[in-house]
Amino acid sequence: MNASAAFALPGPGPAAPIVERLDALFDRAFGQRLNPWRHLGALGFLSFWICCASGIWIYVGFDTSATGARESLAAMDRNAWPLGAFARALHRYSADALVAVTALHLVRELSRRHYAAFRRFAWLTGIFALALMFAAGIGGYWLPWDQLAQWSLTATTEWLDALPFFDGALTRNVIAGDQVNDRFFSLLIFLHIGLPLAMLAAMWVHVQRVSPARTQPPRALAWGTAAMLAALALAKPVSLMPAADLGLLPATIPLDWFYLFPHPAMAWLGPEGLWAATAAFFAGLAALPYATRVPRAPVARVNLANCNGCARCFADCPYDAVVMVPRTDARPHLRQAQVDANLCAGCGICTGACPSSTPFRRDEALATGIDMPSATIGGLRARLEARAAALEGGPRIVVFGCRWGAGVASLEGHSTAAIEFLCAAMVPPSFVEYALRAGADGVLVAGCREGDCEFRVGDALVAARLDGGRKPSLRSSVPRERVRYAHAGLTDLDALRVELDTFRTELSRLGPRAARHTLPPKRQEKHHG
Amino acid sequence: MNRAFRYVLQALLYGAFAAALGYFSTAPAFRPLPPGYALIRLSLNHAGQRKVACRMRTPEELAKLAPNMRAAEDCPRERAPVLVKVELDGAPVADIVAKPAGFSRDGASVAYRRIPVAAGTHRLRVALADDAAGTFDRVREEQVRLEPGRVLVIDFEPGKGGILIR
Repeated sequence: MNASAAFALPGPGPAAPIVERLDALFDRAFGQRLNPWRHLGALGFLSFWICCASGIWIYVGFDTSATGARESLAAMDRNAWPLGAFARALHRYSADALVAVTALHLVRELSRRHYAAFRRFAWLTGIFALALMFAAGIGGYWLPWDQLAQWSLTATTEWLDALPFFDGALTRNVIAGDQVNDRFFSLLIFLHIGLPLAMLAAMWVHVQRVSPARTQPPRALAWGTAAMLAALALAKPVSLMPAADLGLLPATIPLDWFYLFPHPAMAWLGPEGLWAATAAFFAGLAALPYATRVPRAPVARVNLANCNGCARCFADCPYDAVVMVPRTDARPHLRQAQVDANLCAGCGICTGACPSSTPFRRDEALATGIDMPSATIGGLRARLEARAAALEGGPRIVVFGCRWGAGVASLEGHSTAAIEFLCAAMVPPSFVEYALRAGADGVLVAGCREGDCEFRVGDALVAARLDGGRKPSLRSSVPRERVRYAHAGLTDLDALRVELDTFRTELSRLGPRAARHTLPPKRQEKHHG
Repeated sequence: MNRAFRYVLQALLYGAFAAALGYFSTAPAFRPLPPGYALIRLSLNHAGQRKVACRMRTPEELAKLAPNMRAAEDCPRERAPVLVKVELDGAPVADIVAKPAGFSRDGASVAYRRIPVAAGTHRLRVALADDAAGTFDRVREEQVRLEPGRVLVIDFEPGKGGILIR
């Protein structure tokens, strides 16, 4: 690591390589950009919206009385209500898909230790949304008022009755035939509308501290998922059980295990055991950010003497940790950047976005407008200059790597200089040009796998900046054939070596750079008042 | 990788996900009761009698009270717990002590029990006590035939004949 050893920096969790290898399997089918593992949260949103849309369609044709509910759904299954059977099946399977992708999302984020520090807010609100998801989903199974509904509702009230303050009062409402009346049924319907709305609010809060929130999967993936759910709904319509009969328990129940697994669990554990398991599960998740020690990267620092209030750091920060505030010094700019230490991930993306991070500046001690204490831009320039000057032999390559991706340090050689940044998007494009002028024949920027940036959007920002589509961009005068951007995750070092060799071969064909400048240039001491 | 091959792989992965959704949305089926079993649910919501009977205050006691507090009758609020015993073919299957609700223990006693029993014909005896002495003065005994999967509810409603079996 090229960052200062004085700082304890976070790193990937022990399970991260396993998850990444699993990711790689899906890369083969979907490619890196469309890999569904990298869009699980967005797929959750998509499933939720499909579930809402199909639910609204069902509700229009639904009889909201206890006596008429099942018959109205049976009519839908006969398609007396247009697309009724399809909408019912789509509603079921999209809700199930929501549980599946949410569970995978949770496991994936857990394996990457994405629960502490600046992610704690999203983690805790996500747990809350998770609980609401199950509450909303289980309540949906009561509305057909068939034998499954009756059994699920009774099992739920039995579970709640294990709490001391209910003590049997709730189940009493649902075990006698004449007691599930329309008024009580209206309450169940209200729950199945209110709880998903509460869940939507929780999902909205869940993504408040990321910018931009990725709540929509890539279009191809969204269409693929929607088509898959539609095909499943057509191939396997859902069916109703016989009408609820509180004097009868069916011998077998076709259980939706995505939502209703707590009922069998209660049969095995007992109501008190299920409460204990539920409390342990949610308390365990909620305690993770506090109980485990994940080092926190030092946060970005604003250097007002070099900040002109251009707001590029504000625009690129993936966690809304940078805000623009009125100027507090005498410099003739309207605004200045300000870092919220609680939200800052310490990724350095802001440093890569700052125009003052250009290494061409003649200041002896390079300081930029917003810098990272654990890897200052001045220190990185000094390292680049030292390593570039020592390059020898064949095509000379400077590799700028991300410390969360393939460890580029092992690529170091007599003709290869490897410099790690906190994130690939911390590399200012001017560093690429500077490296070429400093003696490199080519520059390889190695970021995480596409769509898999530890800091959400770093890979996309690097690509846009190198392509010239986002400022600060790589100048058009820089020969693009000498610049390569590679996606190399934690377990992709071998693939990165192959990429480096290929690049070296191509550079050999191009020949050495026509003109090499002597760097570093003449420096000057500069003092800002 | 060949684009057609990738599409085939995608289709397989979508298909696997769909198959998992389709299967686990209804299977494996769950048996809420073991085969050949029925279920007795005992549900009770009944206020026991007062633990200490009401009595008339003496004139001396009344004189000691503030004028606006001089109620002739003194009725301690606390109620007796409701006791229920259920026997099936002479064997006890439930022995419940339902405490009154509330901080002052003056509310109704609520109880719920779920008692799986083998299907068949049984002699069911339910006895209930709601006074401070715990006298089981309300008893109902009858022969019940429980088919597999049948749910029988035991309730207590003094206004509808006391112990109900339905």
